[in-house]
Parts: sequence; structure tokens; C-alpha cells
Amino acid sequence: MSENTAAPAKPKGKKRLELDPRLAAYKGIWVFVEMERGEVHQVSWELLGEGRKLADILNVELGAVILGAGSDELGAAARNAFAYGTDVAYVVADPILADYRNEPYTKAMTDLVNRYQPEILLLGATTLGRDLAGSVATTLLTGLTADCTELAIDPDNRGLLATRPTFGGSLLCTIQTLNYRPQMATIRPRVMAMPEATPERRGRIVSENLQMQEDDIIAKVLEFIPDDAQEQAQLAYADIIVAGGRGMGKAENFRLIWDLAAVLGAEVGGSRPVTHAGWLPADRQVGQSGKTVRPKLYIAAGISGAIQHRVGMEASDVIIAINNDPNAPIFDFATYGIVGDAVQILPVLTDALRSRLAVSRRAG
Amino acid sequence: MHIVVCIKQVPDSAQIRVHPVTNTIMRQGVPAIINPFDVFAIEEALRLKDRFGGRVTVLTMGPPQAEDALRKAIAYGADDVILLTDRAFAGADTLATSFALAQTIRKIGEEHPVDLVFTGKQTIDGDTAQVGPGIAKRLGLQLLTYVSAIDALDLQGRTITVQRRSEGGVQVIQTRLPALITMLEGSNQIRFASMDDMFRSARLTVPQWNKDRAGIEDVSKIGLKGSPTVVSKIFTPKPRAVKAQMIGADLDASGTANAILDILGSRHPRLAQELGLIAP
Repeated sequence: MSENTAAPAKPKGKKRLELDPRLAAYKGIWVFVEMERGEVHQVSWELLGEGRKLADILNVELGAVILGAGSDELGAAARNAFAYGTDVAYVVADPILADYRNEPYTKAMTDLVNRYQPEILLLGATTLGRDLAGSVATTLLTGLTADCTELAIDPDNRGLLATRPTFGGSLLCTIQTLNYRPQMATIRPRVMAMPEATPERRGRIVSENLQMQEDDIIAKVLEFIPDDAQEQAQLAYADIIVAGGRGMGKAENFRLIWDLAAVLGAEVGGSRPVTHAGWLPADRQVGQSGKTVRPKLYIAAGISGAIQHRVGMEASDVIIAINNDPNAPIFDFATYGIVGDAVQILPVLTDALRSRLAVSRRAG
Repeated sequence: MHIVVCIKQVPDSAQIRVHPVTNTIMRQGVPAIINPFDVFAIEEALRLKDRFGGRVTVLTMGPPQAEDALRKAIAYGADDVILLTDRAFAGADTLATSFALAQTIRKIGEEHPVDLVFTGKQTIDGDTAQVGPGIAKRLGLQLLTYVSAIDALDLQGRTITVQRRSEGGVQVIQTRLPALITMLEGSNQIRFASMDDMFRSARLTVPQWNKDRAGIEDVSKIGLKGSPTVVSKIFTPKPRAVKAQMIGADLDASGTANAILDILGSRHPRLAQELGLIAP
């Protein structure tokens, strides 16, 4: 009786259900364009790229849902959405939507869905997207598949085939939403490719009002403390990542990780035990229950390479693993392996790198 | 004050390995644990109880053996536990799961009204993060996800102020009780079980609720029937064919460091250029 997305139960076989005629009226693919503090999250463009492909297969329109306060920001977001393949931008502008809050965003989204009836609704699997997706799906009483890594259309019934890792990434499962609409899915940043923009591409704007007053909303945002730009983990989009695991021994040893990262201009990440122990903040966790990354270089220090970590980083171009256990699973999929104590090797590597960089800079 | 904490017993995914030859999951001997994210929810609830008094009820839905997780929760200091277990729940997806848990919390609240519900941020087996928001919506609770700290709780004024993680920063948000909080990992550290609580845990008969006890009449909303999603296919990921090339087996640390940098320079010239290791 676990969530069926979780347990590797026997597949239930493909049910070929006739879609309720009421539901057959649901047409089109929608992508939620996530804006926070006026900035659109890149995952939204990635999803529009993927949504465009699905819309072409189904021969339907691609819609972008854009919610927020400032009409300039919303207009700019709509123009970008058109450039990335959107046919129709559904825009709700209201000062209430300035900051993300669950209630008004859920209301705006569910009202739009009920009115315009898309068959598929895609959201980024960010903190905001997951908060919203779970609420919208429950309100609409429909199916939602989290953290998909692949989307396809079932040629038999036009249904969405949503594939995701499960069981910490040991298995993949394909999930369908049968007699419910819309079919909802979240996808993580960096999983789908960034599409090419066609700046001259145009689309239609449909504006709707938020059917809510500020007094209707219980939650109030008292303050927003933005992350220090330097401190902010941009892991998902980082080109170089130095990550540490339990093999680093203790929190203080993470200084060695930060030192190497500073010399490389890299972001710092970690495995689940490390963020759970508080050695690193939660948003620096790489893996199935953390972030998906695909840097050009990933250095894994003291990380054993459990499947849950592996699925978050195996798309990296080059993986260098340092671990004192020669049988650690990370050596099964890293590009290069070094058997040894990461705590001893890291500072030596940092020094060697520093002196080479000094030489090549002098030469350059 | 009455807090309900929803937890799940999961297989320890860190110990799951894929068989190198058959490429199938090796589940044997993989221990069942409390979902690690839920442990932060338990601790935060216990801390609130320490400060404000009241009781903490820990609830899980699962097979009979999930009572081990509840025993552990008692050892940490929970006052009551409930195991929601019924064959009728089998095959539930997140929507059906949130319905069953929400109904049970409603039932629990008939005896002791519930002020706060806690869950972990997500599980390590399903990783969906959907059940918490689902319960909140079904019960009409204020939803606070990814909470890293509880700044204030005013039981008279019925308000709560929390810090919640968002993509670009931290939102300080105030809302009304009753609310559902999904707790961010690393935000606290679970206490050690006390001797008294360990004895209490060992002696405890874990109360089991079936669907009738939980007041669930409509079986079309639970289990497979209540689940909009179905798993149509399960397969193992493609294995990566190539193992790591081992570097520096016969070198000291400095030799190893230089060897790996040499390799980057010779085999990955573009990367080495971007790193500044070699001149463009």
C-alpha cells in the first residue's frame, strides 16, 4: 500500500479505457511559467521546448500559464514564451500574485484549467512547482507524476506516458493517468534540453482575472530574504561541481571541498547523508531526492555512489571519483577513479591545480 | 496543542544495489527504516511540544510490519501512534494516499482537535513530495512546504510564522492554524531516545486502524480504485558499460593529483581550457 510510484509492484498492464466524453474535450498542452521576484526560472523554457514536441505530436496548441503582479514582467515573459514555442499565453496579473503563495496560485491555476481544459499540464519540479502541482492535482482530483525524466505520447490513446525514476533511482517506471484530466507531471531543471529561441515568433494572449481579494487569503509574506548571490547554490546549471560525501568524515573537512571549488570556480554539492547531517545546506544535495546536475566536470570526494546519488549526476561529462573503498559503486560509472582518502588527496589536488593555473596564466 | 506527524516506513535506498550481471534490484537484507526526511518532522513536532505542551500523535499508513517505525517514534518521545492498515489501501497512488490519511486525521481530530500536521519534505522511495500538499488541500489546512524554521507560534491568536525555502531565498510567512508543515532536512537533529521511552516503546501494542475505524466509507477513493495514475511499465535503467579508469594506483597523493590533471589536459582539452589549465 505504498504510493504506486514507489513500490516496484507488478506492472498493472496497460488498461485501454475509453476516455469519458466529458474528458475528451480537454485539449492542448500547458506549461506553467514559473516566475519568482520577476525572474522566469529556466526550467520553464526547457518545458516549453518539450511541450512543443508533444503538442506537435498531438496536433494541439501549446499554452503557457503566466501568473504574477507586474504587467511589464508578464508581458516580457509572454514574449519569451512565444519565442520558445508557445501558441497561447494565459496571463493572470494581480498584485496578490506578487509573491508566491499557495492559495492564490492554486486558485488561479485551477480556475484556468477548469475554464480552458488542457489535457496535459507540466510544471518544473522546483520547490515552488512541487508545492503548486501537488495542491492543484488534489484540488482537481487528477493524477500527478513527479520528477519525470522522459515524456512521450501513447499512440493508442493520446495519453501521456510519464517516465520517472523510483526506488531511489534503482528502477524506472512509466506512469499513465487514465480517466482523469488534465494529466499532470513535474520535471526537474536540467532534465529537458533548453530549446532554441525564435525571437520573431508570435502568439495569442488570453488575460484572466484572479477571482480573489487580498482579504480572502490567510497567508501573508512578512519578508523575503534573498540568498546572497555568491552563496546561492546554482547547482543545477553549474559547469563544474565539487561534491563531498560521508567519506569526508566530518563537517570541518568540507573546508577542503570549498577550497578546491574556489580554485576551480565550481559550485559545491553533497550527498544525502551530508545534507541530512547539516554539513551542507539542503539545497546543495545532488541526487534523486535532491538536484539533478549535468556539469562538464563533477568531482566526487568521499561519495560511495549509491543509486540515489548516481541518478542526479551521472549525466555529467567527466566524473572524477575519490574514495578509499576500491569497491565503491561510484567507480562503476565514474570516468576516472582514485582510490584513497579524499581528506588527504583534496588539498594536494588543490595545490597542484593552483600552481598549474599560475603557470598557465603567466604563459597566457 | 495536538500535533499529528505523518511518517512512512521505507526501504533504505542507500543500501539497495543493482545486481551487476542480471541488472535487477537486490532487495534482500535491505532494512526498513523511517523515511529519513520524516525524522526531521518528528523532531520538530517534539520540540514544539517541549515548548508549548500538548501531545504528538504519529500516524503511518502501511503494512502491519510498519509498526516498527511507530515503535521507533514512541522511543523518540511521541505520545500516541496509529497504524492505518487495510488491504483496501493497496495500490494507492499519492491522491488516494492523501485521501486515506486526511480522513484518518479528521477522525483523530474528532477526539483531540488537531492544530498542526507535520510531514517530511518527501519520501526516499517515491520522492514525490505530493502527499503533504494533498492532505492539506483535502483538510483545508494552510500549507507550508519546505519549512526550515518555526519563528513563532501563538496558540491563543492561532497564528504561526515560519521560514520556508523558495528557489531564490527564504520566505518568512505568517498564517493561521490549523496548518500542515513539510519540514526541510537538516533543520534539526533528532534527539536520543530516553530510557523511559524505550521501555514504553518495547511494551507498546501499536493500535491498528482499518478503513472503518478511520471513518472511510467511500472505497472508490482509496487503493487502486481511488488512484488516477497507474504504473504501466517498470524497467531497470541502462547500465553504464564502462567502469572508471583508475588513476595513480602506484603514486603518492601529489603524483596522483598531477596525473589526473595531466589526463584532463590531454584527453579533455576543451574542458582543460575552460578550467584555465591550458592556454586556448
